[in-house]
This record gives sequence, C-alpha cells and structure tokens, in this order.
Amino acid sequence: MSAIIENNAAAEAAEPRQDRWLTFNILRYDPTDPGSAPHLRPYRIEEADSMTLFIALNEIRERQDPTLKFDFVCRAGICGSCAMMVNGRPKLACRTLTSSLPLENTLAPLPFFELIGDLSVNTGKWMRGMSERLRTWLHAREDKPDLRRIEERMDPDLAEQIYELDRCVECGCCVAACGTARMREDFAGAVGFGKIARFRLDPRDVRTDDDYYELIGDDTGVFGCMSLLACHDVCPKSLPLQTQIAFLRRRMAMTGTGL
Amino acid sequence: MKTIVTDVLVIGGGLAGLRMAIAARRRGHNAIVLSLVPPKRSHSAAAQGGMQASLANVSKGAGDNEDVHFEDTVRGSDWGADQVVARMFVNTAPKAVRELAAWGTPWSRLRKGDHEVIINEQKVTLAERAGAHGLIAQRDFGGTKKWRTCYVSDGTGHAMLFTTSDQAIRHGVEVHERTEALALIHDGERCHGAVVRDLVTGELAAYLARATAIATGGAGRLYRVTTNAVICEGIGHALALETGVAALGNMEAVQFHPTGIFPAGILVTEGCRGDGGLLRDVDGHRFMPDYEPEKKELASRDVVSRRMEEHIRSGKGAPTRFGPHLWLDITLLGRRHIEHNLREVKEICQSFLGIDPAESWIPVRPAQHYTMGGVRTDHTGQSPHLKGLFAAGEAACWDLHGFNRLGGNSVAETVVAGMIVGEFIADFCDKPENAVPVPLTLAREFVQREEEKLAAILTSGGHENPFQLCSEMQEIMTHYVGIFRQGDALLAGVVHLQRLLERSREIGISGKSRAANPELVAAYRFRRMLKLALTIAYGAYRRTESRGAHFREDFPRRNDQEWLKRTLAFWPDEGASLPQLDYEPLDVMKMELPPGWRGYGAKNYIDHPDTPRRQQEVDALRARMQDKDRHAIQHALMPYADELPALLAGRNERLDEPLETVQ
Repeated sequence: MSAIIENNAAAEAAEPRQDRWLTFNILRYDPTDPGSAPHLRPYRIEEADSMTLFIALNEIRERQDPTLKFDFVCRAGICGSCAMMVNGRPKLACRTLTSSLPLENTLAPLPFFELIGDLSVNTGKWMRGMSERLRTWLHAREDKPDLRRIEERMDPDLAEQIYELDRCVECGCCVAACGTARMREDFAGAVGFGKIARFRLDPRDVRTDDDYYELIGDDTGVFGCMSLLACHDVCPKSLPLQTQIAFLRRRMAMTGTGL
Repeated sequence: MKTIVTDVLVIGGGLAGLRMAIAARRRGHNAIVLSLVPPKRSHSAAAQGGMQASLANVSKGAGDNEDVHFEDTVRGSDWGADQVVARMFVNTAPKAVRELAAWGTPWSRLRKGDHEVIINEQKVTLAERAGAHGLIAQRDFGGTKKWRTCYVSDGTGHAMLFTTSDQAIRHGVEVHERTEALALIHDGERCHGAVVRDLVTGELAAYLARATAIATGGAGRLYRVTTNAVICEGIGHALALETGVAALGNMEAVQFHPTGIFPAGILVTEGCRGDGGLLRDVDGHRFMPDYEPEKKELASRDVVSRRMEEHIRSGKGAPTRFGPHLWLDITLLGRRHIEHNLREVKEICQSFLGIDPAESWIPVRPAQHYTMGGVRTDHTGQSPHLKGLFAAGEAACWDLHGFNRLGGNSVAETVVAGMIVGEFIADFCDKPENAVPVPLTLAREFVQREEEKLAAILTSGGHENPFQLCSEMQEIMTHYVGIFRQGDALLAGVVHLQRLLERSREIGISGKSRAANPELVAAYRFRRMLKLALTIAYGAYRRTESRGAHFREDFPRRNDQEWLKRTLAFWPDEGASLPQLDYEPLDVMKMELPPGWRGYGAKNYIDHPDTPRRQQEVDALRARMQDKDRHAIQHALMPYADELPALLAGRNERLDEPLETVQ
C-alpha cells in the first residue's frame, strides 16, 4: 500500500525527465464468476523515474481499479511471487523497470498454472506437487544426527556450486516459457530438473543416478525436453539450466541403457 | 460451517512456523500451517547476511562461545531481553545451524590458508587453520565481539527457508496456502484455533486445534518506508490483541535498519558493512568513526541508524528533491568479493538502481526493519494469558531481543524458537488434560461474527477508501513514531491515529465480490493494523526514557530505575480507541549480566537500585569460582539448562572445545 509513496519518492528523487504516459493492456478474467469472460482492459498511468511494475500495478489498483488481482510479496526480486507475462515474455514484475518498456504494453498471467484471477496464478500448488513427485529434499544417511557435534565438512567451492543451483525461487518463469509443458501437463519442468541437479551434486544426499532415473528418466522428465531452452533464457536468477539439463539427460541416458 | 480439526494449527508459513510444524509432526502430531502465500515466498527468504551461532570456526571467531553470544545479545537489547531466554537461544543456535547443514543448507564454507579481507579500510591478511577447512564459515556483523554470523553467500534466509520448507514437505506438513486467519477462537481462558478465510474462494472455516501458534512475522507495513515484504502487516499480532485476553509485549520497540536503499527501502544486508563496507556523507567523508570510535559502522543497528539521521540533520546528507540520503560504499571490497559473497546485493543494485556496486556507491537511509515487540510468551513460547496460544519468531515477544535486535539474531531466532517452542507445543499436545472436546458451538459463534463483519464492509455505504487510510496511517507512523521520538509529537500521533480509527468506521468498497477481493482484504486488515499502530504510538508516548531502538529526545537517558520493565498491551474493549498498558518488571537480582554500558552508543543511564548489589554478587561469585570452568560459573549465576527441551539440551562441540573434554 505504500507503493504510491515509493513511487512519489522515486519520482522526486530523480532528475526531472520527459513525462511518458504508459498504457497497460491487462488480461482480466475472474474464473469464479460465470459472467466473466477473458478480455484485455487498458489502463493509462504517468511514468515516474525508477518506476517498476510493482509500483505501476499498485498505483492502478489504488487509484483506478481496486478489483485488479496480482501477487507481490518481497517487491525486491527475491521471493518469486510476481512472475507474469510482460509483452509476451515471463518476467518478475517487481524488478521490471518501466523505463525498459515501450508506451503500449500487454500484461497477462503466466500460462500453464491454475488461474486465480487476472494476473494471479497458483504457482505454489504446482510447485508443492512437483516437490512431492521429485522428492526434492535431501535424503541424508542419518535421519537424526547428533546436533552437539561439529558439522560434516564440505569443500568451499562445492558449497558455492550447490548454492548456485539452490538460488531458484520457484517463480515459474521457466515452466511458463517451456514448449514441452505447453503439450504435456505432467512435465517436470526446468525447475524440477534444476532441483534434481542440485541434490545430485550434494554429497550429503545418498541417492544414486538409478534413483534419479526413477524420478525423471522418461518423457515426463528429462527426456521430454526438446532443448528449446527458453527456460534458460527467461530465468530471472540466470541459473545455468541449459548445462544442467544437458548433463542430466546424458547421465540419465547412460543410467537407462546400463552404461 | 466448514470445520477442520487438527492437533497443531500454525498461523504463518515462514521459518518459525514451518519449523514448529516439523517438530510437532516428528512427535506424532498432525499440523496444519496457514500461509498467506506459498511458504517459500515468506519474508524469511529476505534475510540476506546470515544467522548468528557461536561455532568459532574462523580465525576471527577464535574464543567465541555461548557466553560471548549471550553478552552481545543482552547488550544489544539494552538489557530489555529475558536473559534465560537469551541463554536458551545461544545454546541452541549452533544446533540449529548444524541441523540445517544436515538437512542440506549450502552454508558457505571456510577455506584454509591466507586470505585478504578489508577491516577498517585496511587490507588485512587472515590465516585460517587447516583443521577448520570445510567447516561452516562466519562473517562479521554489527554489535558482536566475534565473527559469528554463518551465511550462505548473501542469500541465507532463502537457502534456510527452502531447506526447511522441503523438510516440511518430506514430513507431510499440510500447508493451506492463500488462507488468512481472521480471529482466534477462544473462551477467554483457552485458545481453540482460528476462523480462517480462503483468500481465493472467500469461504470461511473454523480450524480447531489443541495448540495454536502465531508465526506471522513483523509489522513493517505500518510504516511508509520499510524493508519488509508487503505481507508483513502485523496481522498475527493483531489477532492476539483482539482476543482482549492475550498481551503484546514492547510494541514501541521498532528497529530501523541503517541501509535501506533510498528511497524505496529495499534492504541491502548488514553483511556489506560486516565485510568492510563504509558509510559516507555528501562530501564522501566516512563519518561513523567521528561518532562511534570503537565500533564505527558496526555498532548496533539502533545506534548506527540514529547516528546516520543525526548526521543528516547536521546537513551532511546528499540532497535530492525527495530528501537527503547517505552513501554505502562497498567498492573497496573488490568485484570478486561482491560477485561471490554479496551477489544478491549486486542484483538488487542492478535491478532497482541501475548501478554496479563494485563501481558506484549505494544511496541509503535507515528504513523500518524489525518488530521487536510481539505476542508476549513465557520461555516455552506459550501466552501466559491465553492457554493453548503459542507464538515464535518476529511475531513473538519471547523476549530475546528486548529493545534492539542484533543483526543475524532474527533469522537465527526463527529456527531456534521453532525448534524449542515446537517441542513445547508437542509436550502440550501430549498431555491428556489438554485434550479438550471440540467446541463447535463456540466456533460457530466466532465464524458468524466474522461473517457479519465482512458483510458489514461489503454492504457499507461509507465513503472512506481503505488504501487511502492506510497510506495516511503509514505517514503518521513515519512522521511521529520514527527513529527520533518526542512526547508532544507522540501524543499528536496518537490523536491522529484515533481520528483514523473514527474514519475507518466509514470504509466503503466498490468491488462486492466475496471471493478473491484485494479491496475487501485491505478494508478488514486496516482496522487491525491501526490498533497495532496505536499500541506502538501510545506505548512510545508512555515510556519516558530511551532504551535500544526507542529513543526519546525529551528523555535521552536509559532509566533502569523506572523503566527496566516490559510493556504489556491489552485491548479488552472492542470499542476502545487505546490499548490498556501494564508493565512487567525485570528482576535485576536474577540477571547473569546486570545492566551497564553497552560498549557503544551513549554512556548515559540511570541505574536500577538493585544493580550495584547484583553486580557485587556477580563479581564475588566470579572471583570465588575463578578456577572453575565457564559452564559451572554460568550455572551458578543463572541456571537455565533445565528449561530447555531434553532433545535440545547439551553442550556444543567446537574445534577448541571437543565434546569429550567439556562434558
């Protein structure tokens, strides 16, 4: 609710600049209302310096249309709540600066995920299902380690490599951009493969490639990937999805053929 | 009426909530977590710099242990903390880090040999012993004597939250995402659960539980500029307050973080200063050593934030049309360090400021950051006023932080309190006498009452806009109840807030949908937020001293003689426009560390009459026991070990303190 203030602050903090009026054509639809049909509705607002889509959408909701639905949590690019289609491309809205946008824009909810209404989709439900299916938690040797004891050692570089894959925020951009996901609802998606790659890299996890093969060794898994690699292009955290998927596929092919 | 019955109902899906639910599940109880958002999106993810635990692995942590962590925490709190709770916390923190390590958190690890760091503008070479290679590393943070903050690059909270959330999935913890508790169901003595609204369908349900736990985080959104996520509106605090029975503790203790990005308030971690970053003014002058020659940029947050505002008042801020700010300079840390250890900071600077922090200074100014106040609990996490109601983490006043929380102690508290309170909740559920019959009639009354409130908002012909009123409240809080406080201004703030309370009766909304409806949500949350705002402002007005983050310009001294006590706020009368305040004294004679100077900030306080006597006792006991080990001395000063759950008892092993010899 302080978006307007943040906006004003940003505007005043900046050097004066040429005013721009932006149009956002927003896909409106309330699936719980039988009378609602999907349609694009235009909203016009005056741009301010350092304005993000977080600020712009809150301003629209607070001043023009209080019924507009969208999701923000951290508004700092770290929680993954606000992924949406910005001019046809999945992005985190909170860190999309309007200065990077043209005058005329289209905002739509992420495809693939269950629609809650307008720009709000249920990524959380899908991610929990994916986690349960791919068992995305560490399978440790010992279930109840002695917490009084000094921790197990880990190579510092390896810890950093694991964090690199652990940075995924489950925003859903990769799945929204995925060609395979468009055709098969049960596809595990780059987010799922990224997690398998993360646990596979972690020496604390006892699972072997045979175990991972059971989870992703078919067309709903890594063999369903057509290598279009939009996931890699749109990932807001710049995760190395392309390399990880290629690597996993080679490992899984070797495991599957008994090599 | 839709009714769901469970053993443990946890309100809030961040680190504290999830960890309590896991504890309950491991002890064989069912647990349901209510979360406004998918739990991995909780504000816990925003903790960047790290969590404190005295592992003493790095060379600059040599000699660190629970005693040092305890003293830092109590000094940081300006003696507001409950010292038994602080002891329980510091003893469990190493166990929490190690548990997370065993669950998969990729803690940054220590590398043996020489490495270069920046300390006080100088390049210094530190040598790490080979025996510590691969153990969890620590960095420096404000208000600490040792390097104690364990970290995962600067995405610590994210990594901890994902680990814990994945463990919750593994343990079959049910999370009801996009649900919101509207009221606690209680009979004046015992809490029985909550009335819960599904934020997608709008449907109300009664969730009935043996134990109900609040873990909803902070209330930063009461202020205009805050580092907090948009969901941090203090609703869990308000739920407890609205029972009229449970108390909130120390709500006037509000922390401002020195380095919110100007002007949006997005956080850049204390790790920036811990790793050697500097604060500079309009002239590029490094000003903190002028004010705080000992700790400089790394005094506690309340002190650094006040010094920054003081320096801005003296005309040394960098001017912009919106107002002045200062600069955070991390360019001296070098690109390699920033790209490995401060990568989220780099991403934030690029995305929101369009600058590269390896080359440019970051515009910063203090922003609201942390709510020390919360649902008052005993050391087990249970409300002393409403049986069966528990709280943990930022939503609780346990009371670990007193009037100022140290950096790295909040994300540590989430998991530590989650572990400890989770065990106590399981104990509570185990006891046959706590198995009460499901109070269906009571539940129906509470659901009905909430239905009526919602209907009243939807059918109101009122003309007040909830978004507008909320903005006005945020302005009032920022203007009158900020970093520097003053009696007349606080009173004016209270009066302005009371006027808003009047106006809030005239809220009307344009969208009439009972299902997902952001305007309806804003309307019903606003009145709850306003009660919290009044509790903070009124508590600040009444507390005529300065302590920790609560700074009164008209009463600049800490006054232990009159104010070494915790504020308790109750709201028994729904129609009232102020809370009832009560005060709970802290017992100096039981303190392990009697009140004194913090080691930074003003050396200016009025002693409690018991302080000299207790100090003598402590000194005499230490002298008498000087040949005894530190555990024996600690035990003689203030025994606490029996208060810990058995599962979490026991000493912590360190390289220099092998477990065999210390036991």
